[in-house]
Amino acid sequence: MTDPIHHLTEDLLQSYATGTLPEAVNLIVASHVSLCDTCRAAVESYEALGGAVLDTQEVEALSDDALDRAMAAIRCVAPETRPIQLPDPDPVVPAPLRNYIGSLDKVRWRPLGLGVKQAILDTTSEATARLLFIPAGVAVPDHSHKGLELTLVLQGAFSDEDGRFERGDIEVADDSVEHMPVADISEDCICLAVTDAPLRFNGFLPRMLQPIFRI
Amino acid sequence: MPKALRTSFMYSLLTTDAQRDPPPLAPTRRDRPSRTSATKERPKPVTSRPSTPRESEAATWAALLIRIRDDRDEAAFATLFRHFAPRLKGFLMRSGADATEAEECAQEVMTTLWVKAAQFDPARASAATWLFTIARNKRIDRIRRQRRPEPEDLPWGPEPDPDQASLLGLQQETEQLAAAMNALPEKQRDLIQKAYFGDMTHSEIADATGLPLGTIKSRLRLALDRLRHAMTTRDQS
Repeated sequence: MTDPIHHLTEDLLQSYATGTLPEAVNLIVASHVSLCDTCRAAVESYEALGGAVLDTQEVEALSDDALDRAMAAIRCVAPETRPIQLPDPDPVVPAPLRNYIGSLDKVRWRPLGLGVKQAILDTTSEATARLLFIPAGVAVPDHSHKGLELTLVLQGAFSDEDGRFERGDIEVADDSVEHMPVADISEDCICLAVTDAPLRFNGFLPRMLQPIFRI
Repeated sequence: MPKALRTSFMYSLLTTDAQRDPPPLAPTRRDRPSRTSATKERPKPVTSRPSTPRESEAATWAALLIRIRDDRDEAAFATLFRHFAPRLKGFLMRSGADATEAEECAQEVMTTLWVKAAQFDPARASAATWLFTIARNKRIDRIRRQRRPEPEDLPWGPEPDPDQASLLGLQQETEQLAAAMNALPEKQRDLIQKAYFGDMTHSEIADATGLPLGTIKSRLRLALDRLRHAMTTRDQS
């Protein structure tokens, strides 16, 4: 596996390890980490620090029968066996995302115009996760946003002011970025995108349509 | 978690790749006990430690977990329970649970350890690290009431077992990490712990200098490379 070029920020990796992110952000972090061993190693090293925090924790006395209860509990459950072989990974949809959409052909897309489509995923409302489909060669309207926008490429590639993003690459954009991603001409582009505030389109018509399409 | 923190946390996440791997700084004078005080009075760690040699402790816990994994050894479970369950309870109480909830949750974490022992990989985690991830996920489940997407599973290392040196290496480095954390000035250590209790979302951890996180990251990266390599050779055969 060749690692992607565009990675998660250190803050996102830490917050994923400590467990303080909203569900939609966890989803995109877990999806990128599935495709990027550099970030996976980083997450696991922050988890190691979590292990150190646990190990040096001041102990709290348990109730007298705690161990007996635990022994009774484990005798009622069967340990899982070691999986011999994992199923082949899907070429487009990483496992964490698969738990939300099943497979790509089951996605219920809603058109946004110019062939661009989206599907909003079912997560808690602190942040929104959507799948975006951008036909080859098409540009998504110029937009900026109030909060954070994370975009992970799953198929194809796109380019914007920040560079070129291929499968596995994640773009971390803040409200200072006004960008117009353009999909590569060779292949339709599918992305997972997460935002914590509505996007702001800079043209009049897209702005009118925004409440209707929830983008 | 206070609402204001939750709504503003995204802004705090916007750091650049340039902040990746900050160079480790030499410990300041204040961080180090002076030669004279070190001989008379060592600074005490937060908890009293058992008197067993530090180097072997993590490896011992990992070995017990492997006995559960391979032989469903109940005595090994009881030993792990006695050590970790009271720490889990403390960890969960400091993460916002009351004593009853924390104890119940600690029980659930230990039962999960028994059920999922097959997933424990000593080349990638110590027993404490693995338990931390289970406890963290339970906390998200209970307090935040949301799903926790996890990365795609990776296959197991080349059979029969990856080389012992690298297993021991990771266990030792995790212990060194704990020791380094205990050696931090109290204020800094508190901030790191709070981040893991779910209280904070900022970059306290990256700011904590002198923690050997880079060493562990490199070792984990090697372990992942070995897994990927094993996967490719298996696919080709």
